[in-house]
Amino acid sequence: MTLWSVTLATLKKDLRLEWRSKDALNAMLFFSLLVVVIFSFSFDPLAEESRHIVGGLIWVAFLFAAVVALNQTWAREIRNQVLDAYRVSPAPANALFLAKALGNFIFVGVLEALMTPLFVVFYNLRVLGPAWQLIPIAGLGTWALVVNGTFFAAMSLRTRSRELMLPLLLFPISIPAVTAMVESTTVVLTGESSARFWIVLLLTYDVVFTTACLGLFATVLKAE
Amino acid sequence: MKKAFPFLALITAVLVGYGFYLGLFVAPTERTMGEVQRIFYFHAPSGWTSFWLFFTNLVASVVYLIRRNPKADALAVASAEVGVVFCTVVLVTGPLWARPVWGIWWTWDMRLTSTLVLWLIYVSYLLLRRFSEGTQTPILAAVLAIFGALDVPLVYFSIWFFRTQHPQPVIGNGGSLDPSMRPAFWMNVLAFSCFGALLCWVRYRIEIMQREAGEAEARQSLHAAPAIATRPAYRGGTQ
Repeated sequence: MTLWSVTLATLKKDLRLEWRSKDALNAMLFFSLLVVVIFSFSFDPLAEESRHIVGGLIWVAFLFAAVVALNQTWAREIRNQVLDAYRVSPAPANALFLAKALGNFIFVGVLEALMTPLFVVFYNLRVLGPAWQLIPIAGLGTWALVVNGTFFAAMSLRTRSRELMLPLLLFPISIPAVTAMVESTTVVLTGESSARFWIVLLLTYDVVFTTACLGLFATVLKAE
Repeated sequence: MKKAFPFLALITAVLVGYGFYLGLFVAPTERTMGEVQRIFYFHAPSGWTSFWLFFTNLVASVVYLIRRNPKADALAVASAEVGVVFCTVVLVTGPLWARPVWGIWWTWDMRLTSTLVLWLIYVSYLLLRRFSEGTQTPILAAVLAIFGALDVPLVYFSIWFFRTQHPQPVIGNGGSLDPSMRPAFWMNVLAFSCFGALLCWVRYRIEIMQREAGEAEARQSLHAAPAIATRPAYRGGTQ
């Protein structure tokens, strides 16, 4: 029972369950759509300057949608004491964390893939900088949100107002990552400068916090 | 150790009083900013105090995770709370200084933004402590403190690069302090550090006493339980 075999098994289970019910995906999609529409009423999407603010709008919409996904991460495991069963099993704790984080990454990634054409349509976006850079920005940025979010969702399990605690803990810690995501996306859309520094910062953020989460998850899991 | 407290409190009061006197009366008036600049003698030392209090919180959290010593956890709580208070002082005195001098309440420059983010991280730490139920709160809080500490350099770099991309005129003292102002500044740094340490110590003592009182109550109810259970109304199983 290696780390990867347990991770893959848990991930497949989560994906299969989600595919059958599509609860989280539907909630996230509709929520993002609502956020996009509300932003469209607040900021004029047809103005030339919209390209400067769209980066921020996109990532705020994805951030809120990611919180919807993250809040239900552990909900299934609490029912029927599945989490307790996991704790007493010999399976490595990190396998559970990686499976949950990867599952959330896939959900939010699918959401981003579905929402991006909508943003392009609503805001008449044309990418003036190197468009290929949006792929690593989206990937690294989503992982930054999801890895810390999954960890803090596990920490919030034994708190009052569980769903409220997650964004309160996640948002302050994510400020450098969100700044990097928004700035790099804006810079690529407007083509004004290079996004290289922000991509390196996102990579550093991901490495530091993935290591921290993997190192401390066993402590947090046993603490529940 | 407890006998030293009144003595320490007296020294702190003297230092704070003397620092106040130096800052408000002895230090020369700043050429361009005028008398308002004197708020600097309370703004900057509060900042230093909050930074080393947060550092104490980090060390206490790491020690707690390694040794599970409850005293380390009590120190972590105390230093976080008092640190947030001093950080709030920084964030309030900053705009009070900026408005009359530069005409703006707030700006998203390096120092103000990074101080605000530090404040947000530690308020979220205090919220976790308040909302968390169960006996494992200290472990979760210690883990969050470590995450916050890992975040701080990343916050710095992100804001620094953001400011190089979107430059704005630098406000604040600019770094170097006139030699005639240094005694007032350093005296206030010492005074505020002593004051912060004193408050932290008081809060630590209160936390320890609260925990001891809670344990005594639990022990008392544990001893009373057999006496209650063998009373006539309860004998014979569940009712």
